[in-house]
Amino acid sequence: MTRSFRTSKGGRIDRAVPVTFTFDGRTLTGRAGDTLASALLANGIHLVGRSFKYHRPRGILTAGSEEPNALVGVAKSAAAAAAGQSVPNLRATQVDIHEGLVAVSQNRWPSLGFDIGAVNDRLSPLFVSGFYYKTFMWPKSFWNRVYEPFIRAAAGLGKAPTAPDPDRYANRYAHCDVLVAGSGPAGLAAALAAARAGARVILADEQAEPGGSLLHEAGAEIEGQSATVWVSAAMAELAGNDRVTLLPRTTVFGYFNQNFVALAERVTDHLASPDPSLPRERLWQVRARQVVLATGAIERPLVFPENDRPGIMMAEAGRIYANRYGVLPGRAIAVATACDSAWRAAFDIAALGGNVVAVLDMRGDVDPLLKERARALSIRVETGCTVTGVKGSKRVQGVLLGRLVGETVSSAGSLACDCLLISGGWTPNVSLHSQARGKLDWNPEKGAFLPGDPVQAQRSAGSCRGIDGLALVLADGARAGAEAAEAATGSPADVPTFSASGGDASTGWWLGAVPHDRNPARVRAFVDFQNDVTAKDVKLAVREGMHSIEHIKRYTTTGMATDQGRLSNMNALSIASTALANEIPQVGLTTFRQPYTPVTFGTLATTSRGDLFDPVRRTPIHDWAAAKAAAFEDVSLWKRAWYFPKSGEDMHAAVLRECRTVRESVGLFDASTLGKIEVVGPDAAEFLERIYTNPWKKLGIGRLRYGLMLNEAGFIMDDGVVGRINEDCFHVTTTTGGAPRVLAHMEDYLQTEWADLKVWLTSTTEQWAVIAVQGPKAREAIAPLVDDIDLATEAMPHMSVREGHVMGGIPCRLFRMSFTGEAGYEINVPPSRARQVWEAVFANVERLGGCAYGTETMHVLRAEKGYIIVGQETDGTVTPDDVGMAWAIGKAKPDFVGKRSLARPDLVAPGRKQLVGLLTRDGRALLEEGAQVTAEADPAPRTPALGHVTSSYMSAAAGRPIALAMIANGRARHGEILHVPMPNGAIAVEVVPPLFVDPEGSRLNV
Amino acid sequence: MLLIHCPCCGVDRPEIEFRYGGEAHIARPVQPADFDDRQWAEFLYMRTNPKGVMAERWRHVHGCGRFFNALRDTVSDRFIAVYQTGEPRPDLSATGGEGAR
Amino acid sequence: MSDTLFHAPAEALALPPHAAAGTALHRAGPLVRFVFRGDSGAAAKVGEAFGVSLPQTPLAAGRAGDRAALWQGPDEWLLLARPAADGPQAVDGLARSLAGELAAVLGDTPHSLVDVSERNIALLLEGPGVADLLNAHVFLDLDPVAFPVGMVTRTLFTKAEIVLWRTGSDRFVLECWRSFAPYVEGLLAEG
Repeated sequence: MTRSFRTSKGGRIDRAVPVTFTFDGRTLTGRAGDTLASALLANGIHLVGRSFKYHRPRGILTAGSEEPNALVGVAKSAAAAAAGQSVPNLRATQVDIHEGLVAVSQNRWPSLGFDIGAVNDRLSPLFVSGFYYKTFMWPKSFWNRVYEPFIRAAAGLGKAPTAPDPDRYANRYAHCDVLVAGSGPAGLAAALAAARAGARVILADEQAEPGGSLLHEAGAEIEGQSATVWVSAAMAELAGNDRVTLLPRTTVFGYFNQNFVALAERVTDHLASPDPSLPRERLWQVRARQVVLATGAIERPLVFPENDRPGIMMAEAGRIYANRYGVLPGRAIAVATACDSAWRAAFDIAALGGNVVAVLDMRGDVDPLLKERARALSIRVETGCTVTGVKGSKRVQGVLLGRLVGETVSSAGSLACDCLLISGGWTPNVSLHSQARGKLDWNPEKGAFLPGDPVQAQRSAGSCRGIDGLALVLADGARAGAEAAEAATGSPADVPTFSASGGDASTGWWLGAVPHDRNPARVRAFVDFQNDVTAKDVKLAVREGMHSIEHIKRYTTTGMATDQGRLSNMNALSIASTALANEIPQVGLTTFRQPYTPVTFGTLATTSRGDLFDPVRRTPIHDWAAAKAAAFEDVSLWKRAWYFPKSGEDMHAAVLRECRTVRESVGLFDASTLGKIEVVGPDAAEFLERIYTNPWKKLGIGRLRYGLMLNEAGFIMDDGVVGRINEDCFHVTTTTGGAPRVLAHMEDYLQTEWADLKVWLTSTTEQWAVIAVQGPKAREAIAPLVDDIDLATEAMPHMSVREGHVMGGIPCRLFRMSFTGEAGYEINVPPSRARQVWEAVFANVERLGGCAYGTETMHVLRAEKGYIIVGQETDGTVTPDDVGMAWAIGKAKPDFVGKRSLARPDLVAPGRKQLVGLLTRDGRALLEEGAQVTAEADPAPRTPALGHVTSSYMSAAAGRPIALAMIANGRARHGEILHVPMPNGAIAVEVVPPLFVDPEGSRLNV
Repeated sequence: MLLIHCPCCGVDRPEIEFRYGGEAHIARPVQPADFDDRQWAEFLYMRTNPKGVMAERWRHVHGCGRFFNALRDTVSDRFIAVYQTGEPRPDLSATGGEGAR
Repeated sequence: MSDTLFHAPAEALALPPHAAAGTALHRAGPLVRFVFRGDSGAAAKVGEAFGVSLPQTPLAAGRAGDRAALWQGPDEWLLLARPAADGPQAVDGLARSLAGELAAVLGDTPHSLVDVSERNIALLLEGPGVADLLNAHVFLDLDPVAFPVGMVTRTLFTKAEIVLWRTGSDRFVLECWRSFAPYVEGLLAEG
C-alpha cells in the first residue's frame, strides 16, 4: 500500500531480521532492534492513540520514556491477548518489538480512526481546567447515580488485564560505591572513571542499548573512533570488570533517603518466548555510597495552536528515528525551532535522503553557518518565523506560518508538509535530583532550572546540569565519576580524559506559549499532551485564583501525567509566570516525585504474592489435620485447625459434636501455636512479679498459675498459663497472636527499666509442640503413653506441671490445666516427634469415644466457662475488673506494670463496661458478635449503646445459644432484660453471669 | 528506607530491622504509688513531640535485640547520634550540631 | 555441604533454574542448639566447657570441630553441636549431657541456658551463586569485604527473621524458626 519509510541504509536495526507484530489487528513488519514506535513509523503510522480528555487523535511525539501520546496496550502474543494477559499504558517508544507481539491503541471506541469520544473535543468549552470540580458538584444526588458511573466509564486510558498476571517478578538487593543513572556520554564517562578507580559500580539505563545520544549523534567521534564504536569499547571494558554491574532496560525510578535507590529492570518483555523461569521484571533496591545522575536533557515542545496533531514530533526524536532506527518520519518534513539542535535534525534527515522542505526558526538571528548548510541541502530557511496553526486532524497536511516581529505576528502564508519537527530548546532532566530533595537553581541564560547543591551523596553530570557539547559532557561525566569513586572508597581516583569532536552545543530556546495571530477563543495550543491541558487552561487557572504553581498543577492537572511534566512543566510555568506577572524562579517549579516512570504492580510486589505473600506457619500436626479434612483458620501467621467435619457435617454440626464429645468423653486439640517463653535466672520470679498482675514468688516448683498481663495504662494486653519448672526457671505461655508482642514488652522492661535483674528470656514457641487433651477421660487417654510421671490427682493436681517422658523416652513437659472447664492435660513434646505422639494419643482418644477438635470448639468451650479471649472480650481499653478478674491481681504486691493506672479516676469510675453473659429470651436466636446492646428495643437515634456482644455461640452444654458481652454496669444488671437491635427487629436478651457450665468448677478435679 | 547505626552491633542496618520505641529518657517511676493522678497521666501520656531533634528509643529487634537511644531530627529524618540506654542525652552544642552519625 | 558440624542429606532443595551452576541448597540434619544468655564472665566459663569460646566481638562466630558459638547479642549466643549419631535420641542425649556439663561449670553463676534444638532449622547454601540468591531476599551487603567469612547476624529474609552465617566465601548457613522454613525455601526456589 505504502512505500516503506525506511532509509536505504544506516541505523542500528538489523535489517536482515524481519519481525512481525500486530497493531490494532493489522499485521505489520519491523526489524530486530526496532521499538514499537520506530516500527510503526517505518510503516507510515503516526496516529497511535486518542487523548485522555478530548479524545483528540495523537501521534508519536518523542523517542523516549517521556512519550505522552503513544500509550498502547501490549500482549506477548495473540494467545496471551485472548487469555486476558496484557499490559496497558506502555509507551510505544519503550516497547521493543518481538515476533508475535500484539499492540492495541487505547482510549478510542469503536476504532482509532473513528472515535465516538471525540465529541468531547467539540464540547471542549465544557472541559476547561477545574471542570471536575465545577461540573459534577450538583445536584448532590447525581453523584452516585449519574456522574460517578459516567466518569468511571469514560476515565482511564488503557484496559486493565482481565486475567491474573501469569508472570513472575523478582527482587534484588544490591550495594555499590557508585550508581550511575544513564549511560549516555556523561554516564559512560562517569562509569569508566569510577570503575577504573576500583569502585563497585552499577550502571543503569532505561533504554535497550547503552549510549544515549551517542547512538544517534551522526559524525561524532571520541578518542578518534566513531561514537558508537567508542560506546561498544567502553561497554566491553565495563563488562570485563567484575566490580561493575551493567543494567540495560533498567529505569532508576525512585530516589529515597540515604541513597536508597529503586530500579525497575525489564527482563523479558523484549523476548518473544523467554525462559519461563526468568522473571518478567526485577526490582533492584540499591544502597549506593555515591550516585551520579547522568540523565540528560529533554527537548521541549513549542506551544502553538494545534501543536498536538499526529505527524508533529520533537526534532531530536525525528533525528533519532532517522539515525538510530533508519526511519524517516515523513515524506515532506518541516522543522519549527527556536534552537540550533533542530537544524542538525534537518541536516541528518536530508543526508539520509529525507525531504526536508523548510526550517522555520523563531529567532531572527541564527548562526550563518547553519543557514548556509541548509541552503546547500536545498532546504528553505525562514528566520523570525513561527507556526501559527496546523492543517489536518489525523495527520499533519500543512502548517500556517507567521512572521514574528517582537511579540506581534502577521500571517506569512502556509506550507504543505506531512511531518513537523519542533523544538523549543532543552530542559535539563532534574527529576532524580529533585526526588533526592536537591534544590533547583534558575539559570536565566539557559532558561532552565539546574541542579543546586545536593542534599544526598549524589552529583549530576552532563546535560542534566546544563552542560552542552559532547567534549564538555564527557569531561563532566569523567569528573563526576572520579569524584564519586573517591568519595565512596576514600582512595584517590584519576579523572580520565576523552578527546571528542562533533556533538556541538546548541544555543537558543523558547519558553511558554508561542505568539500567534489566530482568534484566541477558537484555538488550542497544548502544554500537557497526555492530560490535555492547554495554554488557555493555565491562564484560566490563574484568573480563577490559583496563584501557587502547586495549585495550578492540581487545578489544571498539567504535569500530572506519566511523564511527570518533563515535557510540559517549563512551558506551563512560563505561561503561569506571565499570567501572574511574576518571574519564573519566584513562581517556582513543582517537586518531582517517585516513580520517574510508571512501575508495574508486579515489580513492586516482587515475590510477595500468592502463597509467598506472607510466611504461612504450620504446626507439626497440620498435615494430619489436613488429611482428616479439617477446615483451617488464620490466626496471625498460623494456620490452625478450625473444626473437623465428618462427612455430611457443616461447621455448626461439627462444632456441636466436638463440644459435646469433649464434655462427655475427651477431645484432642493442637495448641502448638501458643507463644512460649522460657524465663530463666535467679530473679525470674521477681521479674514475673513485676510484669504480671499475679503473685509468683510463692508459686511452688511444678505448679501452674494463670497469668494476666497489663500494659502500663492498666489495660489487659495478654494472658497465659505459667509453670514453674524449677526455682530459677518458668515456662511462660502467651496467646498465639501475642507472642512477639509479649516478648518485646518483657525485653523492654528488662533492658530499659530493670537492667539489674538477673533474668533472661528465650522464645521456645517452636521448641515445643503442644497436644491438649481435654475432657473427663483425658487422663485415661494419655496414661498408657506416659513413661515416668504419676498422673494421680494427689500426685499431679489441677494446675501443675511435670517434666518426664512419653512413649519410651520422648522428653515432655506435661501440664495439667484446662481451658475448657474439663479436666485436661497439655503435652509439650519436641516437634519432630509431635505427630507420632499425637497419633498415639488420638488412637486412645478414639477408642474412648473422643475426637479431635478445632479452634471453634475451643472458643465455645471456654465461652461456656466465661474465660475471656484477649482481643475478643478485650479491645485494649479493658481492665481486669471490667472482665471480673480482680481475683488475678496480687493485692499485696507494691507494684507491677499497670498497677498505678488501675487507680486512675476513669478506671475506677462507675459505669464502665463489664463482662456479662447474655441469653436470648426466645432461647433460639444466635446473636451477632459485635452487635450493639441497648436498653430499649427501639432506641431513639443517637442513643448511646450500653455495650456490645463480644462472643456468641450455640452451646451444646447449655442446649441453647449463649453470648458474652461488655455492658455498662453489667454486673449490676444480672436479671435485666436488654435488647440487641438488628435489621429485622430487636432481640430481647437477659443479662446473666458469664458462666454457663459447671459453676463450681468440680469437673476440673476428676 | 533509613539506615540506622546500631551502637551495639557497630553496623548500619536498614530501618526494618529496628522497632521504634517512643520518646527516650522517660524513666518509669520507682514508686508509682507516690504519683498523684495528674503526675501519673503526665508520665503515661505526655510527650514533647518536638519539631527538630528528638531523643527516642529504638530496638534492634531483628538484630542484636538491644534497646538503644537515638537523636533524630524529625524534620529531616536524619539520625544525629545513637547511644546506649542509660547514657545521658548527648550535648549537641559541644559537637557542633549534626556531627555524629 | 557436609562437614564436621553440618550434615546435609543427599537430596537438595529446589533452586530457580537460572541460579548459577553449582549452587545448591540443603536442609541440614539434626543439631543440638542452645541459647545461652549471661554476662561475659559466664560466657567465658561456658566457652571453656563447650570447647568453643563464645565471641565477645559483635557479629562473630567461633567454631571448632563439631561445635560452634554464634554471637547473637551482647548477652546472647547460639550454641550449635552435632550429635554423634542420627536420630532424635542422639539429639536428646547430647542436649541432656551438654546441659549437664555446662550447668556444672557455671554453678551459681547467673545465666540462662535454653534448649532450642528443635526450634530452628538450618539451611545450607553453597556455590558460586549464593550471594546473588540470598540478595533476592536479604538486604545486607554480602560482598566478602562487608560480610566476611565468619560473620553471623540476625536479619530479615523478606518477611522472616533469620540468622545468617557465612561459613565460606561461597557458603552460608541460614537458620530460621522451623515454621518459617517452608517460606524461606519457597522464596529461595522462586529466585
